[in-house]
Amino acid sequence: MLRYTLSRLLGAIPTLLILIALAFFMIRVAPGGPFDTERALPPEIEANLRAAYHLDEPLYQQFARYLGGLLRGDFGPSFQYKDFTVTELIGTGFPVSLRLGGSAILLALLIGVTVGTIAALRQNTRTDYTVMAVSMTGISIPNFVMAPLLILLFAVTLGWLPAGGWGGGAWNHMLLPVIALALPQVAYISRLTRGSMIEVLRSNFVRTARAQGLPERTVILRYALKPALLPVMSYLGPATAAVITGSVVIEQIFGVPGLGRYFVQGALNRDYTLVMGVVVFYGVLIILFNLVVDLFYAWLDPKVKY
Amino acid sequence: MMRPGMGVPSAEGTFATEVKGRSLWVDAWNVLRKNRAAMLSACLIAFMAVLVVIGPWLSPYTYAQTDWDNISIGPDWASRHIFGTDALGRDLFVRTLHGGRISLMIGIVATLVSLIIGISYGATAGYLGGRVDHVMMRIVDILYAMPFMFFVILLMVFFGRNIILIFVAIGAINWLDMARIVRGQTLSLKRKEFVEAAEAQGVSTFNIIRRHIVPNLLGVVAVYVTLTIPQVILVESFLSFLGLGVQEPMTSWGALVNEGAQEMETAPWMLVFPAVFLATTLFCFNFVGDGLRDALDPKDR
Repeated sequence: MLRYTLSRLLGAIPTLLILIALAFFMIRVAPGGPFDTERALPPEIEANLRAAYHLDEPLYQQFARYLGGLLRGDFGPSFQYKDFTVTELIGTGFPVSLRLGGSAILLALLIGVTVGTIAALRQNTRTDYTVMAVSMTGISIPNFVMAPLLILLFAVTLGWLPAGGWGGGAWNHMLLPVIALALPQVAYISRLTRGSMIEVLRSNFVRTARAQGLPERTVILRYALKPALLPVMSYLGPATAAVITGSVVIEQIFGVPGLGRYFVQGALNRDYTLVMGVVVFYGVLIILFNLVVDLFYAWLDPKVKY
Repeated sequence: MMRPGMGVPSAEGTFATEVKGRSLWVDAWNVLRKNRAAMLSACLIAFMAVLVVIGPWLSPYTYAQTDWDNISIGPDWASRHIFGTDALGRDLFVRTLHGGRISLMIGIVATLVSLIIGISYGATAGYLGGRVDHVMMRIVDILYAMPFMFFVILLMVFFGRNIILIFVAIGAINWLDMARIVRGQTLSLKRKEFVEAAEAQGVSTFNIIRRHIVPNLLGVVAVYVTLTIPQVILVESFLSFLGLGVQEPMTSWGALVNEGAQEMETAPWMLVFPAVFLATTLFCFNFVGDGLRDALDPKDR
C-alpha cells in the first residue's frame, strides 16, 4: 500500500510538470499582452514594466523562475490587481469556492446515493421510472440554465432568497448556487448508484444475508451499500472536476467572490499570472484529489491489491 | 466459401460457410424499437434538425435584422414574432433556430473530430499492444488529469473566438474517453473465442476485422457518439455563455441563454425559449444514447 502510494505520487510529477508547462507556454505564445492599452505606452516605460515582471528574460529562464516560485508557494504578482500577489488572491477566493463546491458535492452524494438506492430497491416500478426520468432531466439541463431559472423563480418571482451576492457565506446566499451546482451531480450519482446497487442486490452474499433472515435495512446498509458505492467513489474525481468548472459560471451568475470569478476576469484582462495560478492550483488539486480517491478506493475494495 | 455448382462440398467448405444469422444490428433495432422514450427522442431530434434548417426561412425576419417597431416585445402573433424579440429588436424565433444550427453543427463536427482521433489512437494502441500500448495509454492517463475546460477557456480568450478553433478544441478534449473505450474493446476482442474460431477456420485477417472486430466496436462507438454529442453541445454552450463562443450577430443556444439570463426580469421569454430548446435537445440525445446502450450492450441479453 505504501509502495503504491509512493509510486502514484511519483507518477503525478510528470503530469504536474506537463500541466504547468502547457499553461505557461500557451499563454506566452498568445497574441496580446498584459500591458496592451488603448494608448500605446512610451517604449521606455514598457521596457521597464517588462523588466520589472521579468518578461524580458528568455522564456526558459522565466519558466524556471516560475517553477522555483511555485515550489515556495509563490504564484507571482498579479498583473491587474497591482496590490495583491496571486497567492493572496487565491487565498481569498479559494475558501469561498471550496465552501460552495464542497457543499455541492456533499449534497449531491447524500441525495444521489439515497435516491439511487431507493430506485434500485423498487426496480421497474413507477418510483424507479420517475426517479430515472427526473435524473435524466437533471443531466440535460446545464447548470448555467438552471441557475437563472432558479433565480427567476425563487428570487425574482417569489422573493424568498437573494438573487446573488455572498453575504459572508450566509445559508440563504449559499442555497441557490449550491443547488444549481449540485443538481447535475445528483442526477449522475443517483444513476450510478442505482445501476451498481441493482447488480449488488443480485449477488450471492445479499441472497445469503436475506436467507438468514436479516432485516432488509441491515442487508442494505451493512452489506449492499459498501460495494454498491465503489463506482460512485471512482466518479468522485470527475465530479469534483465538473463542480470546479461549473463553479466558474455559477460564481459569475450569482456574483460569488470565489476563484472561478477571478479566473474569468483574469482571462479577459490577460492577467497571465493570475490565470496560470488558478489553472495550476486547480490542476494540482484535481490530480491530488484523484490520488486520494484511488487510495481510498483501494482501501474500500478488497479485490484491489497492490 | 461455398461456391454454387461445386459438386460435393469439402469439409472446409461446410464449416466456413457464412451463416446468415440475425445480425447484431437487427437484434439491436428490435430492442430499440420497443424503447418508446428512445424512439420518441430520436423523432424529436430529427424534427429539431429539420426545424433548425428550414425554420428560419418560414419567418419574414433574418437573425441579424432589427425590427425598430417591435423592440423587446413578448411572443406576438400579429407581428409574426412568435417567440418575441430581444433588446435589439431581433426576432427570437429565427435567432433560436440559427443558434440551434450552430450548436448542432458543433455537436456533430466536434464529435467526429474526437471520434477520428479516438478510434485511430485507441485501435492502434489496442492492436499493437505491448510496450507501444503501455506508452500510448500512459500519455492518455497524463492528459486525463488535465483540467481541460480551463485550457479551452484560455484558448478561446487568447486566440480569439474562431469557430474552427471551437471544433478542434472541443474535439481534442473528448477523444480521450473514446481512445480508452476503443482500446479496451479491441484488446478484449482480439482474445475472444469467436475470433480464435475464425482464425482456426482460416478466415483472413481482413475478414476477421470486418466481420468480427469492427461490428463489435461499432456498437460501443455508436453509443458513445450519441452520448458525446450532448456533452459537446454543452461545452459549446458553456463557452458561449461566458461570452467566449461564436461571435455576434451569429449566435448559439448558450449565447442566447446568456443574453436571456441578463434580461430575465423584464423579458423572461428571452431565457425560456432557448433554454427549452437546449434542454430538450440534450435530453433527447441522452435518451437515445441510453436506449442504444441497452440495445447494443450484449451484457444485458
